[in-house]
This record gives sequence, C-alpha cells and structure tokens, in this order.
Amino acid sequence: MTASRLATGGSAIDRSRPLRFSFDGTSVDGFSGDTIASALLAGDVAVVGRSFKYHRPRGIWGAGVEEPNALVDIGGASPNTRATTEPAREGLVAKSVNATPNALSDRNAFLDRFSRFIPAAFYYKTFMWPDWHMFEPRIRAMAGLGKVDTDWTSQGTSDQINHHCDVLVVGAGPAGLAAAGLAAGAGLSVTLVDDQRKPGGSLGHRASEIDGRPAALWIEETLAALVGGGHLILPSTTAFGIYDHNLVGLNQRHFDGRPDTLWRVRPRRIVLATGAIERPLPFASNDLPGILSADAALCYLRHHAVLAGRRIVVATNNDSAYEVAEAVADAGAEVTLVDIRRDGMPDAKVRTIKGRALASAAGKLRVEGVTLDDGTRLDADCVLVSGGWTPTIHLFGQARGKLAWSEARAAFLPGDPVECISVAGAAAGAVSLSDVFAGAERAVASLGQAKVAAPRSTGPETTAGIVAAWPVPGSKGRVWIDYQNDVTVKDVELAARENFVSVEHLKRYTTLGMATDQGKTSNLPGLALMAGITGRTVPEVGTTTYRPPFTPVPLASVAGARVGELMAPVRRLPLENVHRASGAVFQEYGGWLRPAHYGGRGADADRAIQDEALRARQSVALFDGSTLGKIEVIGTKAAEFVDFLYYNTMSTLKPGRCRYGFMLSENGVVFDDGVLVRLDEHRFVVSCSSSHVAAVHARLEEWRQDRFGRNAVYIHNATSEMATLTVSGPNARKLLETVGFGLSLDDASLPHMAIGRGVYAGDEVRIARVSFTGDRSYEISIRADRAEPLWAHLRQAGQKFDAVLIGLEALMILRAEKGFIVIGKDTDGTTLPHDLGSEGPRAKRQTEYVGRRSLFTEEASRGDRLQLVGLTVPRGEAPLPTGAHGIKRRDGRLYSQGFVTSSYQSPTLGQPIALGLIERGAARHGETIEIQHLGKHRSATIAAPCAYDPAGGRLNA
Amino acid sequence: MTRIYSALSLFKEGLTGQTGWKQAWRSPEPKASYDAIIIGGGGHGLATAYYLARNHGIARVAVLEKGWIGGGNTGRNTTVVRSNYYYPESVELYGLAHRLYEGLSKDLNYNVMLSQRGMVNLCHSTAEMEIGARTVNAMQINGIDAELFSPEDVRRVAPIYNFSSDARFPVFGGIWQGRAGTARHDAVAWGYARAASQLGVDIIQNCEITDFIIEGGRCRGVQTTRGAIRAERIGMAIAGHSSVLAAKAGFRLPINSYALQACVSEPVKPVLDTVVLSPGTGVYVSQSDKGEIVIGGGLDRIPSYAQRGNLPTLETVISGLLEMFPIFGQLKLMRQWAGIVDVVPDSSPIIGESPLPNLFLNCGWGTGGFKAIPAGGTLLANLLATGKHNDISRPFDLDRFASGRLIDEAAGSGIAH
Amino acid sequence: MQLFPCPFCGPRDETEFHYGGDAGNARPDGGDVPIDRWAGYLYLRSNPKGAAREIWVHMNCGEFFVMERDTLTHTVLSSAELGGEHAA
Repeated sequence: MTASRLATGGSAIDRSRPLRFSFDGTSVDGFSGDTIASALLAGDVAVVGRSFKYHRPRGIWGAGVEEPNALVDIGGASPNTRATTEPAREGLVAKSVNATPNALSDRNAFLDRFSRFIPAAFYYKTFMWPDWHMFEPRIRAMAGLGKVDTDWTSQGTSDQINHHCDVLVVGAGPAGLAAAGLAAGAGLSVTLVDDQRKPGGSLGHRASEIDGRPAALWIEETLAALVGGGHLILPSTTAFGIYDHNLVGLNQRHFDGRPDTLWRVRPRRIVLATGAIERPLPFASNDLPGILSADAALCYLRHHAVLAGRRIVVATNNDSAYEVAEAVADAGAEVTLVDIRRDGMPDAKVRTIKGRALASAAGKLRVEGVTLDDGTRLDADCVLVSGGWTPTIHLFGQARGKLAWSEARAAFLPGDPVECISVAGAAAGAVSLSDVFAGAERAVASLGQAKVAAPRSTGPETTAGIVAAWPVPGSKGRVWIDYQNDVTVKDVELAARENFVSVEHLKRYTTLGMATDQGKTSNLPGLALMAGITGRTVPEVGTTTYRPPFTPVPLASVAGARVGELMAPVRRLPLENVHRASGAVFQEYGGWLRPAHYGGRGADADRAIQDEALRARQSVALFDGSTLGKIEVIGTKAAEFVDFLYYNTMSTLKPGRCRYGFMLSENGVVFDDGVLVRLDEHRFVVSCSSSHVAAVHARLEEWRQDRFGRNAVYIHNATSEMATLTVSGPNARKLLETVGFGLSLDDASLPHMAIGRGVYAGDEVRIARVSFTGDRSYEISIRADRAEPLWAHLRQAGQKFDAVLIGLEALMILRAEKGFIVIGKDTDGTTLPHDLGSEGPRAKRQTEYVGRRSLFTEEASRGDRLQLVGLTVPRGEAPLPTGAHGIKRRDGRLYSQGFVTSSYQSPTLGQPIALGLIERGAARHGETIEIQHLGKHRSATIAAPCAYDPAGGRLNA
Repeated sequence: MTRIYSALSLFKEGLTGQTGWKQAWRSPEPKASYDAIIIGGGGHGLATAYYLARNHGIARVAVLEKGWIGGGNTGRNTTVVRSNYYYPESVELYGLAHRLYEGLSKDLNYNVMLSQRGMVNLCHSTAEMEIGARTVNAMQINGIDAELFSPEDVRRVAPIYNFSSDARFPVFGGIWQGRAGTARHDAVAWGYARAASQLGVDIIQNCEITDFIIEGGRCRGVQTTRGAIRAERIGMAIAGHSSVLAAKAGFRLPINSYALQACVSEPVKPVLDTVVLSPGTGVYVSQSDKGEIVIGGGLDRIPSYAQRGNLPTLETVISGLLEMFPIFGQLKLMRQWAGIVDVVPDSSPIIGESPLPNLFLNCGWGTGGFKAIPAGGTLLANLLATGKHNDISRPFDLDRFASGRLIDEAAGSGIAH
Repeated sequence: MQLFPCPFCGPRDETEFHYGGDAGNARPDGGDVPIDRWAGYLYLRSNPKGAAREIWVHMNCGEFFVMERDTLTHTVLSSAELGGEHAA
C-alpha cells in the first residue's frame, strides 16, 4: 500500500494548521481536522494494531465507530481508543494495542503460526492438566488489548444533563437532517444528535444534489434553520442506548479537554436515522492491512484528501462501490473493479471484471495482490471492499423492535413499528437519496403538519443492486469474519460441528461479535454463514440481543459527579464544626458523621476514649445526641397506633412520661428499640436509633396509611429539625440547674423516664430524663439552629464540674457496662424480643401488634436460641475480641454457640466487659465457655448483661 | 471422531483442520416419557441431569429448555465462585458446590477455567470489621478457609483500590477467601451438557413448558411446545421464572423477581488479580481472563421480568466502581445486560418437593446461583432419584417459611449476596 | 429510567419510588392465625410475569398507592390512591 495525501482537497482538514503526533514511537504528520486514522493512512502507516488472539497485523478498516482494528492507547486518556473517531492532536502520543514492542514487529506474532491448534474455544478443551492455574497467568497476560494507566487521575467530573424535547433525531445524515427540518417545520421542538464532528453523514462524501444545489449548502441551511428556531444540535454525540419508557442515553464528546457529557433525553418521539455500516467481503486473508471498507476509503479521500493506494482493486457485490472506484481513479489511482455480479450493475468508468469474486489476498504485513475465484492474479497495494450494507438498527433493537429480513437488501430491517419510534434513511433500508427523503417524510408525518417542504434529490441517485456474498462453508484459506476477535469461517464451522448452532451459542463459543466493536461488521456475515452451514435461512438463525451501549461509553461519563460524598452522602451534625474545634475525631456511624472521641489520634485514641468514659462516671459528661430519632405521632388514634407498632403496650403511658420498648418486624425480629415519649393524650415522640430514622419513619407511614387511615394519625419526622444535647452523670442535674430552663428539675417534678418542657433563650426545649449510660441523664432537645449557644453554655457551666465531652466510643462503653444493647450490633436479623430477656408482652399481651404471630413459630419457641448475656474474663486479661465465637466441640468438630457482640475495657470497673448472644445464655449465667477468635482459644464466663450498678441506684444519684 | 478433550487431541485435530470433533451435546427429538424430566437447561438443570446419570445411574432423563442452554442466569452472571458463608447450613451447601467446582474441569473433561484468585469483602468501618471478624470466625469454625485482612493485606491483593485519605469508603480490612474466584460461566453449562449427553441424557432446546400434567393430585409430566412428555419425577430449575411455572402448577412461592444487572468494560491488560466486593458501594468487580473488567452491583429495586439494563442502576454501580477504583475512570463500558433473579425473603435457595407432589424445586438462588451450580445439581438429582432430602438440602425446604427457621445470611453476617 | 405516576405528584422518576408488595395482601390479625396463613401473608407472592397489581410508595411525598403495570414490558397501566387496599 502506498497511501498518500493529495496535494489539494479534503473538506475536513485545514492545511494551514499542520500537526505532529507520535504513533508507536514514530512521528506522524497531519492537519487539523485529521483523525488519528486519516493521518496514519496519509503517512502510509499500514500496520496499526494486532488482533486479539493470533496477533495478526491489522490496518485501518473503516472510518467510523465500526472500526475493529485501529485501536490505540493514548497517553493520559483512554485505552482502546478508536483511531478512526479520535481527532489527531499536536503532541499526542498513541500506541498500538496488544503489540509488543509495536504493531509492526510484535513479539507474539508467532502465535499466528499455531493458529490451527488454537481454533475457537480451544481453551475449553485443554489446560486442564495439571491445573488451569498453571496456564492462566500467561494467558491473561496475552489477553486484553490496551493498558490501564495506573497513574491516571481524573481531570474533573462529567456533566450530566436531563433533557426533554418533542422529537429526538438520531443521526444527522440526509434522513436525519430532513426529518429534523420537517419536525421543526411542524412546530415541534427538535434535538438532533450525530456522532460525527460535522453533520451531513453520507452527504459529506457521496455525490449528491438537493433542491438543485450542492448538498453542502442544503446541510448548512437546514442546520441554520434549526439553530435559528431554537432547536438543539449536538454533534460528536452518540445515542448509545434506548432504555425504559424511551429514555435515550447520549454521550457527548468535547475535544477541549473537558470530560464527556452524559445526556438523559426524554423525547416524546424518536426518529432513528442512524445510517448503515458497510460489510467486508469473505475471501482468504481478507484481514490484511491495506484492505479497507470502500466507503471508508471514499471518506478519507473526500474529507482528508487521502488516497488509500496507488494500485487499487475495488471488490463489490453491490452498486455503492462504483462511486468509490471512480473517485479513487479520478484521484490518480490505477483501479480495477471486481464485481461478483455478471449483469444488472451500473456502467463503470474504470476497468471492470464482472462475475468474479476475490478468492484470496496475498501479502505479509500489507496486501500485495489478490487472486480471483478464476485464478486471475491482480497486483494491488490496496483493496477496497464493499460486501453490502447493514442498517444500524441497534437502538431499534434495544427498544425491543422486531427485525424483518429483507432478501432484496440482504439485511435485517426494522420490522413492526415500536411505539413512539420511527426509523428513516439507510437504517430503514433506503438507498437512493429520494427514498431517504421520502422515508424521512413518512417518519415525521404522524407528528403534525409540516409547514416546510420536504427536500428533493436532484442529483445522482445511488442504487442498491446487491447480490448477497456471505461467507460460505468450506472456504479455502482463512477467511476472517470478526477481525478483532479473530473469528474465521473455520471457527463458525467448528461451532456448528459441535452443535453451537444457536446464534447466542455461536457468539459465546467463538466470541464472534463480542469485541469492542460489538460485531458491527461481523455479526450478520457470521450468522449468515451459520445459516448456510445448517441449512437454515438467516432469519431462522436470528440475531443476538442488541444491548447497550451502541459504542463504548466512558465510565466517567456514566458516573458523572456522583463521586465521594455526592455518591453516598453522609449525614452531618448541626454542631459538627463546634466539635471539630473541640478536637473531635469523626467517624461514620450508621450514615452519620459523629465525634468518635475528642482528642487522641492514632494510638492515643484508646486512652482518650477510656478517659472520657471514666470521667463521665465521675462527674458529668456532655454528649451530642442529635442523631437520635424524633418522630412525632399525632392524632386521635395515636395511642392505638403506637400500641400496634410497639411490642410493648404503650397506650398506658401517662402524658409527660417515657417508656422503653421494641419495634418488631412482621417476622418478629427486633427492628428497633428506643424510648417512646407521650407528650399529651394524642401526641407521642418516637425516639428511634440514629441509623433507623428513615426506616422507622417509612414503617410508621406504611402502617398509618394501611391500617389507621390518613386522618386518624399523622406522622412528622422532626429528627433533623432538632438537636439533642445529652448531659449525663452524677452532677448532671447540678449542671443543668446552673443553666436554668425555667422548669423544676427536682426528682419529684422530673423523675427518671419523665419529660419536661422548658425554655432556653426564648426557645422551647424538651428535657427528657432518659439514660443510655445508667447515670442520671437529661436529653435536651432544642431547635437545631439554636443549639450552638446552648452547647457553649453547657460547656462553660460544666467547667465547674469538670465536665467532659464524650464521643460515641465512650458512650458505647458506658452503655455496655449497663448491658444496654445497640440494635444491629448486639442483635442480628434473627433476634426476637424474648432473646433479649423481654418475655412479658409475648406472654401476656392480648392486643395485636406488628410481628406478634411470628413470635410463636416453631423456630421462635426453640430452647436453644441465642440469648443476650454478659461475658466476663479475669481481671488483667485483654477484652474479648468483638466477633469472637463461643464454641463447643462434638464428634471432633467445632460448632458455634454464639458470639461476642460488644466488648470493651471498662475504666470504671477496671476490667474487660462484654455482651454476647449465646445459645441458651440466659439460663447459663456462671458457666465458662470456650471462645475462638482467628484460630486462637480462650475462655469466658457467662454473666448477666449488666456489669455495673445492677440495682440502678446511679439513675437518681 | 474425537471424544476426549486434551492438549493432545487438540494437536491431532489441528493437523486435520479440527474437523473430527463430535457434537458437544446431542439434540435428539423428545421421547414420550422419561424417568425424570428437568425443566430448565441452565447450569443447575444440566448439572442435575449429569449427577442423576452419574451419581444415581438414572440416564433416561430429559432436560427441557425453553431457549438455548445456558441462556438464562448461567450466561448472565459475574462468574464469581465462593463459599464465604456464615451459617453452617449455607456452608454445607456452598462448600459442597465449591469443592465440586474445584474438580469440575477434570470431572467433566471440560475446562471451566476455575480461577481461584481469591476474593476480598472489604470492611469500611470498625463496626464492619467486627462483623468481619464474626464472619471469619464462623467460617473457620465451620471449616471454610477465611482470613481477616488488614488494610495492608487488602493493598497487597488490590493495590489499585482507592486508599486515599479522602476515600468515601476507606479500608479498615476485609474478609478474604483465598479459594474463591471466578469460572467461565458458559463453559459450566456446556461442560455439564456435554458430560450429561454422553451419559445418555436428552437435552431438548426450544422446548417450552405450556402446562403440567396433573393426575390424582400428582405431577405426571409436562405439556410442551414439542408435545406431552411424561415422567416419574419432575425437577424445576428455572431461575427467573420459578413463580411463572409455579402458577401453572397451582401454587405460589415466596419469591419476587428482579433484574440484576452487570456490565463489562473494554478488555485491557491485567490490572486486577482478585475479586473485590465493597459493602459500601454494593459493587463487586473482577477482571476476566479476556481482560474485561466485570462489574456487578445490587439488584434493581423494581420487580421485573425484563432482561434489559437501565441507566439508574448502571449509574449507581459505575459511580461505586469509580469510588473504589478511580483509575477505572479511563475505561469505557462495552456491554450492559440484565438477568432476572428470583429473590427469596431470606436470600437462601428453595430445594425440595413443591406443594404439587412429584414436582421438585431448585429455585430462589437470588443473585448467587452460579456459584452453587454443582451443589444445586447434586441435591436436586438426589431428590429426583430418592424422593427424599439429604442433610444438606433438608434445611432449604419450602417448609422453613412456616416454621420460621429461615437461613438469612444477610441477617447473620452482613455479607452481601 | 421508568416514569411512575404518583396519584399525588404526577409522573416522577422510578428512583423516587419504593415497591411495597402485592396489592390486596391483607394482614391476618391474631396470635392464633394458622401458621400457614401467616407465612402466606408474610412470604408468598404472586410475582406475575405481565400485568401486576402492586402497592408502591412515592418516597418524596410519602404516600402509598396502587399501581398496575406490566412487569415484562414495564408499561404502566394505572395508578390510584389506596382505597382500602393494604399497604403492607
């Protein structure tokens, strides 16, 4: 091949802006407007890559998204970039994929010589002895195409745009432009997308004349009218998928350093004018560099002024290659046209051999000639082939459109219409421009009366005239069907021989159509061959499912800005910054970012936590409990409602009082625990666990609407409206009294499990005397935006009492000393209330509640259930590891009999404490059991869960 | 004709153009009756047929497949094989599957490419590490290999994970199962099909069940698009459609069907040598031998029988992937698809006789059926051959929903399915 | 992205909704409900392929409603406020 740049011409290139880039370490010259492929072709770079399996030398095949061969890694960008759609840029560094050290002299090229021993799916038949693991690393290293750049960093996030329009037109070739113009003329809002940088499609390189003027002028006017009418035109944008309810995904490229943009378009109607893709012809060694799609060669000639060769053989089975043959001859090439047909074709202005097909191509690293099926040899440095056209109906297929086989077009066309989707142009099988325009008119006819005239083709008209030339069984030599994945006619024959005759089996067994091009040039020839082998028609063989994306979409585009916290937001405390200023070390707990402890990072963390827990018991602790759920239940049936929702009877609670209880799931499992506050007769506040607020709220709503009616009960989630500041410890009351809330704090007025209403700085506060530490505690709830002064006041007042700020870790120790549980930590998804020692309601309640019946199943009544216990170890030993299991041994085997759920060193008791769920644990206090953790064993003694102040005297101390 | 697969036979065939290979499985016409019928030609159904013939000597067996074998979830999953389960019942089940997988290529004379590259379930917080320890200890007690990984260990097996200080889901450690890995999903179906066919099993494709033949309150066969076929016992392994056939048989199942999506990137040279799952993102990922990054995530949240991908779930999954592996931001999505999975409230399978006597179930594997194929096949074969449970299948009977003895791995250990 | 019609808010993205189960799955009350009936309520589902009648909640407004849709084609057939339907 001696491809070259012509001295003049090239509609896409700007000769005043030359550029230079490197490919496989050598420098390549081009112009602004070149793609990497067009510049490589202009520089006569024949071998641009290596095939996946046999490492065959491969050249550029196409000029668009169908390209199977010309993939390159671009430094700092993306592996496996299609050279045919990637603009050449000054200084760009491109490297061929799957080739070491480079495409021209690939170290693994020897594999091709062993190809007969490694046909399709050979790996299923070998590498079993001694073991696949012996072979896998080498095979993995051979597989894959481009290389991931491990130093890559994101250059910003992709924009994502939601968009609505009346009509989305996909493809801005003649059909799409005409349809867009007509739809706009009917007063509809139009969005027109095209995957090329310049709209026009085939009009850009095929001779045509519209309304008596050059097509280029018509394109310009149509676009100008659309822009003027406020319609959206998106070039360099690929519609990659049609999803549920006709949502269309677009990926837009920018070429200015910005990452791609993802569009989610919700059109009322979709016009698919996606064109067609040229197929190869089957002949031996049809994969040699220098063998190109005829239409692609015409693109390179017209757009980039690149002539693909000097001595060109054009081989075809249809009329479309005639224009190509004449154009490359006009550009100075010596051309021979080989047509499979004997008659019925147009007159050609070049030397034509009729009724002949190519039998084989010759050459090593590039094509040097061809042999016809009558043995005639023709020298050639370039072979342009057209095996016919495959309509691009991927999106139609994705939308579940049924396909109809057209013998006349030798292709599948859109079949029965899909609601809200029309197909126009070559995608619908139109060939001549007149047909294309007629189809566009039909596609928009149902949308409304266009006030503009449809364009008319006044120039040369293309004809189809195709005679199918499918690969046939028994072909001599190696005839490639899927270039990238190295699937040949013999591989399809092998698949058929082994009964992989279903089209999906064919695909999976041979990997036909599974490469990065997803079979755009290979699927139809492959299944036509299978049809030929098995004596079926092509539609009987059928097609594989069309799956998105149409072309590969950057993952970054799909992810958009959804990174870090935007992907999974954390909930934050109103006083977060105040805590930070106090040296808080934050951790995430159940979705909330909360102070774990104050001060003491790394190895000092434990000491800080121990110190906080110890001082909390000695004097008074301040704790930010704002995450605590505060869901109000209001209404005439509120009491009945909470009775149903809770395992414990709640309607007997007096106004101003609180009660601890469980909420169960309908399967009986403890879903949440917490304190219910009765503010007045018809008003309750559900204090649920921090991480369960949303779920509890949803559950309350569900039962409200299902069982109680919308007007009998109202639910209001006030969790984020209010901050809750907890003061706990022997000096808690004294501290609060120095602040003063305008209510009496004495134990008669505000006893344990009571609630009082006070005022702080003009704002109402609720003070609940509930305790998660076992010490006298007050939970003060105040408007979240007024919490900061109160916190500051509490801290300042606390100085006198040596108050300590405690984080969640110290609180965990304090509550564990008391045997208070944390749902999801000290319980799991099987824990029933009686496993936690709460047998009463199960035994006594007569009224209905959520989960009731499930507490009386066979399983719920088993004697060997896991039950909540305390676990003690001798003073001086390390705490038990949380997650360690109690084990028993039987018949030489180990069995778990439960596990440690919480375990800490108690600074107050000076010894380790632990909670666990242990088989029959409630009845085994005092028994010593064996504990296993990561293979090591020790022992622990079962005890009551409460290790500190079991009599509860400190609540009122 | 060449029957045995080996390097030598491949070499010999290479000399004669690979023309001597036999059909991997026969495609006979269905007979009027069989000893046993298995509905569903996926991995579980084909494995059932194979083990019926091999373990129980029952080869008058037909596998009836609506479409093409291996075309359901067997060919749509992310190919992970593991047995890192919490409850002893699960360990027995998945442990059996895992052991059988380890000998499967040689057993079937078909390379299913079991790649025991190890799998790490990450822990993103102290709390998750505690659950991780609970899980690892349970696995070790139950005789399954497991290690509790430190952050350094995770870095060793997955150096390209996001270890930056501002990672949304930092690594506190992980649960490691070294024997876990991946297998070539299609090969599992084809390998079982070939081996079963060689033992005399009839594999009937394009044969859809239209109704059950019920006589005297018992199932006696099926009506199909290829005629009536009778059998002594009928097994059903039709992931994604269990409720549909159950309705034809006159009962309901504790199942909701959802789409589970997966996707792959373009193939790249090896960059990730293990399977990584993050409970924070819900995403799990591995790299196929072909080089594609294979990406799975959580279920779609809308009950569905449409085997098609969609954008919302894809966006969530890919965001999670890029949070875990920021350098994958340079890759492109090549293919996206969905399978329909039958989700049971406790996410454990249902194995046992159905409410219609003589009809036996193997269903409800949710998102985890692929890894269990050899066990599902062995157990359903045992049920079809003997009519009785063995110790491994007994806990998974349908009766557990009334007794309350559910086997809920998520409840017990927090391992995502 | 499917569009679901909330009877209160109009068509909204599927991501705003949460599936709530079969419509008409009434809860049997009582501690002595036969266990099979209770297990049926808790676990058994119609799970139809095709037309389905389901309870959904629009999480933004918090309202439960009944939606009829096709589980294979994803066509939405109707949606309506709860009218004595059970949400659970």
